[in-house]
Amino acid sequence: MGNPMKIRAAVKDGATEVKILMQHNMETGLRKGDDGKVIPAWYITDVKIQHQERVVLTAQLGVSISKNPYLVFEFKGGAAGDKVAVSWVDNTGDTRSDEVVISA
Amino acid sequence: MNSEMNIARRNVLKVGGGMGLLALFGSLGLINPALAETERKAFSAKSMDEALSLMGVIIPEKSDAIKLSVPEIAENGAVVPVSVETTLAKIEQISFFVDKNPNVLAANFIIPEGTMGKITTRVKMGKTANVIVLVKADGKFYSASREVKVTAGGCGG
Repeated sequence: MGNPMKIRAAVKDGATEVKILMQHNMETGLRKGDDGKVIPAWYITDVKIQHQERVVLTAQLGVSISKNPYLVFEFKGGAAGDKVAVSWVDNTGDTRSDEVVISA
Repeated sequence: MNSEMNIARRNVLKVGGGMGLLALFGSLGLINPALAETERKAFSAKSMDEALSLMGVIIPEKSDAIKLSVPEIAENGAVVPVSVETTLAKIEQISFFVDKNPNVLAANFIIPEGTMGKITTRVKMGKTANVIVLVKADGKFYSASREVKVTAGGCGG
């Protein structure tokens, strides 16, 4: 199981703004370690965000996304108290899911 | 979707340049229905031309309805904030590229109905390059591009 994410979801003018900070090294596979060996690629490949049961965003990420991927987006609707769930998978098959409640 | 099939509606002629695309693929005109798998292949692309061709995009139209925000100068190429906001209707997908990175495609976002055409994220940039956003709206592709200067090495000085 991957490292926990920080998620904030807040109502904003009839929409919900979601801010996510994932914890992941996002290794490109192009870097060499101190031992001169290439550090293998290791990165989140897919992210799915749901509001209640509905998918509100799907993302495919690549190695050009910065370490500790940061994401902000908005979807229409959502009310304080509703659940927003974020889950990711990386290229090794590791996964992580976290959820928050939308704040007013 | 799939009004792409009507070749007469191609917006091919608005070639704003800047993307370096050749009109070789003029006859293709069609978007691969297995969108997700096609998009994933584009992550291996080493150039904009290759990425766009893998994504089935011919020549995206430059659009003023796409606001792309990036810093003019990024002192730390490892973490460059990029933000897009678009008022185009029926947004389906938003993709970010860094045209001089070894892997040009940074991310694809699939936007369902009810989600805004507004995304912020952070990309790595190996050197001064263009950050390009591709927006698919109502079956058509649009783009916007901005150069980000990446200052070399160390302590930002």
